[in-house]
Amino acid sequence: MNVNYLYSLLAVVVLGLFAYVGAGAAGLQSVFGIFIPYLAVVIFIAGFVNRVMGWAKSPVPFRIPTTCGQQQSLDWFKQNKIDNPSTMFGVIARMFLEIVLFRSLFKNTRTEIVGNRISYKWVVWLWLFAILFHYSFLAVVVRHLRFFLEPVPFFVSSLEQIDGILQVGLPGVFLSGVTLLAGALLLLLRRILIPKVNYISLAADYFPLLLIIGISLTGLMMRYFTKVDVVKIKELTMGLATFHVGIPEGGLGALFYVHLFFVCILVAYIPFSKLMHMGGVFLSPTRNLANNSRMKRHINPWNPEVKFHTYDEYEDDFREKMIEADLPVEKE
Amino acid sequence: MNDKPKIIIGLIIFFAVFTFPFWYNHGAASSAPEPLLSDKAKEAKHCVRDADFMRKEHMQLLDGWRDRTVRDALRVYEIDGKEYMASLSNTCMECHSNKADFCDRCHEYTSVEPYCWDCHKYPKEKK
Repeated sequence: MNVNYLYSLLAVVVLGLFAYVGAGAAGLQSVFGIFIPYLAVVIFIAGFVNRVMGWAKSPVPFRIPTTCGQQQSLDWFKQNKIDNPSTMFGVIARMFLEIVLFRSLFKNTRTEIVGNRISYKWVVWLWLFAILFHYSFLAVVVRHLRFFLEPVPFFVSSLEQIDGILQVGLPGVFLSGVTLLAGALLLLLRRILIPKVNYISLAADYFPLLLIIGISLTGLMMRYFTKVDVVKIKELTMGLATFHVGIPEGGLGALFYVHLFFVCILVAYIPFSKLMHMGGVFLSPTRNLANNSRMKRHINPWNPEVKFHTYDEYEDDFREKMIEADLPVEKE
Repeated sequence: MNDKPKIIIGLIIFFAVFTFPFWYNHGAASSAPEPLLSDKAKEAKHCVRDADFMRKEHMQLLDGWRDRTVRDALRVYEIDGKEYMASLSNTCMECHSNKADFCDRCHEYTSVEPYCWDCHKYPKEKK
């Protein structure tokens, strides 16, 4: 047993129990249903902006893109325009593929000793789990907009149609809910089971995964098994979205508050954690800079003012002495 | 290199996207819909199961009815010593004949599109 995931698991269980008891037995529904969600949103937005502005202040004096192909050179060398972009357009294409398709994860390789030599093998699993996880999460988040928008816009209902296309059971199974849990579990198992990944994994790696698994499990429980009155839930969430807050009559089940509390923790935790890659991916200088060092001169903005003493000035200072010593001078 | 203007534009987009629910609703209070009970439903006083169960689990009840009826030809649903015909059109909609005011209100509110009426007919509503 590894302390890193033990502590993370313990933290998630304690947080869940905290909300379960707090909103359930202690009856602090307005704390968990109104105060904490607003607090989480404020922390999220302020923290996110603060973090990005911190990055914006960091100087990036030189071009440091990681390049994976032929750079722009003489006309008869074919340039790899996406993997070694020299123009804005190439950078946009590269960033788009990175953000939307996780291209750099796709190039993941495993280093192994085979026989007596080293070999590099292309390994697709991390990319596959990551893309499954991220797009499921996106679909789940967009679907949840049905609780925050009135009337529900077409893109939410059409996503629901596609997501529930299998029409399994009632309420119909949403594929993204299942694949989100599967993706998170696979990413967790990867960290636990692969020794090298396990070795470099910290509590900060396990905690968000376990938290998301917690969110996903409580969500699936509510939708398919223990059941909740969604009209009441929408009453609460619409209250939050329109600033007409209130706990619906009769209150809501404790499991809902556990779900909501987990989400609040996740949202508030984003700016202080590795989950900031949400914003950071746009600002990675190894991806978003064009490799144009040979076309444009990039001057380091904080280069100190250097005092030059040119040869002309030197000669002015010592002309007579130079002439006396028979040294050649440019101006007599 | 100074990318601050671009980054600030990005942050504004981020802020606009993440506060979408706040400005989409214009802060207008919306009350949750109340399903309207028809006179016949009011008279009957109780449904097949209690109201709380029906609110949360009617879809699973109906799903069970459908499977039992279609696959096993079990058309009778027995609960609390009472027998009901397991039928959406004939049992449920006999009392709740007002689909638009009873079913649709909450379904529309929560963006649920049941496929009951892909096959079932619902009674014509008296206007």
